[in-house]
Amino acid sequence: MSATTVGGVASVDVPMVLAEQVTKSFGSNEVLKGITLEVKRGEVMCLVGPSGSGKSTFLRCINHLEVLSAGRLSVDGELIGYRESNGKLYEMAPKEAAKQRRDIGMVFQRFNLFPHMTALQNVMEAPLRVKGMPKAKVESNARDLLARVGLADRADYYPAHLSGGQQQRVAIARALAMEPKLMLFDEPTSALDPELVGEVLDVMKGLAREGMTMIVVTHEMGFAREVADSLVFMDAGVVVESGLPSEVLANPRHARTQTFLSKVL
Amino acid sequence: MNGAAAGQTPPLREAASTSEPIKAIRLRHPWRMVFAVLLVAIFAFFVVDAAFRPAYDWPAVGKYLFDRRISMAALVTIELTVFSMVIAIILGVILAVMRLSPNPVVKSVAWFYLWIFRGTPVYVQLTIWGLISLIYTSIDIGLPFMTPWISFSTNAALNTFTLAVIGLALNEAAYMAEIVRAGLLSVDKGQEEASVALGMSWSQTMTRVILPQSMRVIIPPTGNEVISMLKTTSLVTAVPFSLELFTRSRDISAETFNPIPLLIVASIWYLFFTSILMVGQYFLEKRFSRGVGDRQTDKSDPAAPTTGAITGVVPVVGAGQPTVVLPPRTDAPGTTGDGGAR
Ligand SMILES: Nc1ncnc2c1ncn2[C@@H]1O[C@H](COP(=O)(O)OP(=O)(O)O)[C@@H](O)[C@H]1O
Ligand SMILES: [Mg+2]
Repeated sequence: MSATTVGGVASVDVPMVLAEQVTKSFGSNEVLKGITLEVKRGEVMCLVGPSGSGKSTFLRCINHLEVLSAGRLSVDGELIGYRESNGKLYEMAPKEAAKQRRDIGMVFQRFNLFPHMTALQNVMEAPLRVKGMPKAKVESNARDLLARVGLADRADYYPAHLSGGQQQRVAIARALAMEPKLMLFDEPTSALDPELVGEVLDVMKGLAREGMTMIVVTHEMGFAREVADSLVFMDAGVVVESGLPSEVLANPRHARTQTFLSKVL
Repeated sequence: MNGAAAGQTPPLREAASTSEPIKAIRLRHPWRMVFAVLLVAIFAFFVVDAAFRPAYDWPAVGKYLFDRRISMAALVTIELTVFSMVIAIILGVILAVMRLSPNPVVKSVAWFYLWIFRGTPVYVQLTIWGLISLIYTSIDIGLPFMTPWISFSTNAALNTFTLAVIGLALNEAAYMAEIVRAGLLSVDKGQEEASVALGMSWSQTMTRVILPQSMRVIIPPTGNEVISMLKTTSLVTAVPFSLELFTRSRDISAETFNPIPLLIVASIWYLFFTSILMVGQYFLEKRFSRGVGDRQTDKSDPAAPTTGAITGVVPVVGAGQPTVVLPPRTDAPGTTGDGGAR
């Protein structure tokens, strides 16, 4: 929605995520059948759709965990996974791809915290190893981040000794530690007991308020209505319908959207 | 769900505390007693008999136990074990990673290695290593089919100790590769994904995330492999290398015409080393199970006063000292890995 003045002036008009006819097949199974969408800087987009519709696959394409079969995907004006010169595409070396991923945070349904590290170590790991920042600085940043997600007093706990909600908040802090310009959430609350969903959504709302660009795959329609700037409904690898959350939720135009919403609302 | 569970527990506890302790006459197990007594009797008979049986020649055992030649041989056995294991572990990790490689050629090479080295007896392999100088009379460094830049005689370059280490290590590497591979595969795929998504490189993901977590699965069978290797060193007489514990004991007894006490001496040394290794293994396993293996569900945050009351199983120690409570191991030493006879 908003064109916040982050980064250089020149990049203000460039969308944060631009997907053009993104196609992905696993063998003969075409999972994404040409996804075209745009996420503006500072926008929160909720991605909804039935299980198996390709939402996770799409998110994974955005940070090059999956390689596209066809189409183009760029983040902040930079093509993902490829370099373009003289009209030709060159596949990126793993090192370059890793560099692109640093700026894209990802939060998983199953948290995927490193179980052999404490909450603090989880948050410190990437800035320390990937960015090579000095340890004292990394630690104070990490403690700030843990405080921000309400877990200052859990810094020295191992993930196994945290509740699901707490683990997911550590996972968010871990992703934020790399100071990403884009955050991807893949059903961040689906593995949680109902009473723990709220604490994670609250952290995400805070992030949205601060202007973070976010793509959130979720079944929490309340969150979508309250926080999202746009809502995209996907089914069977295509975008069926998209628009303002209030409009899509209130008056779904497509029959498939209606059926889906009647199940989750 | 939580509320229901919490609501149910107090009545149950009350019922347990108000009821009378059971006062019943214990069920006797007479046959168990008979059997135990019988076992003890047989064992005692065997010990007493052994103590006085001249063939064991206990004075000779005492005399040779700390014989200088024997203790030096024990040291050589340790050296053989350590050198071979270190090489085998490094090579095993490389082979395991190769087997998981997406490159089919790399994968097949690793598979072929395992096929050869696991498919033939280690005694045969050691014998072949002993004869290597007949097969390759010189070691040449240079381009194939051209005059070598450097060339030296195999016999001069590789003494029997080196050949013994090579033979043991290359054989063991094949087994270690399978253990490491099982360890790597035991780590949840999401771990690699999370690590890569943070921008970590493949090697960082391996060394910081995957390998440390696979240690829990790798260490118990590796401990077994070390113990097994210690005993397998007795086969290097096939090379022939004769300065380790078993062959040395045999050589000494060939002079004294009294083999039994020397075999006992060697066995005592082997037992001493394997016992130490078992203790070391115990502590290593404890060290690497840190924070892993006790994944709890959403409900049980032991420190949170709200939910902590429900479970109350995990005591909270001082600040920053999370208690790690491990479930009973399913991969107890001796059950994992393929440490069968070979
Ligand atoms: N690595 C993979 N290999 C083969 N098929 C896959 C893979 N990942 C996902 N799929 C398939 O892609 C489809 C979409 O999956 P996914 O993106 O996870 O859907 P969603 O997140 O919307 O539930 C599913 O049918 C799934 O089986
Ligand atoms: Mg999914």
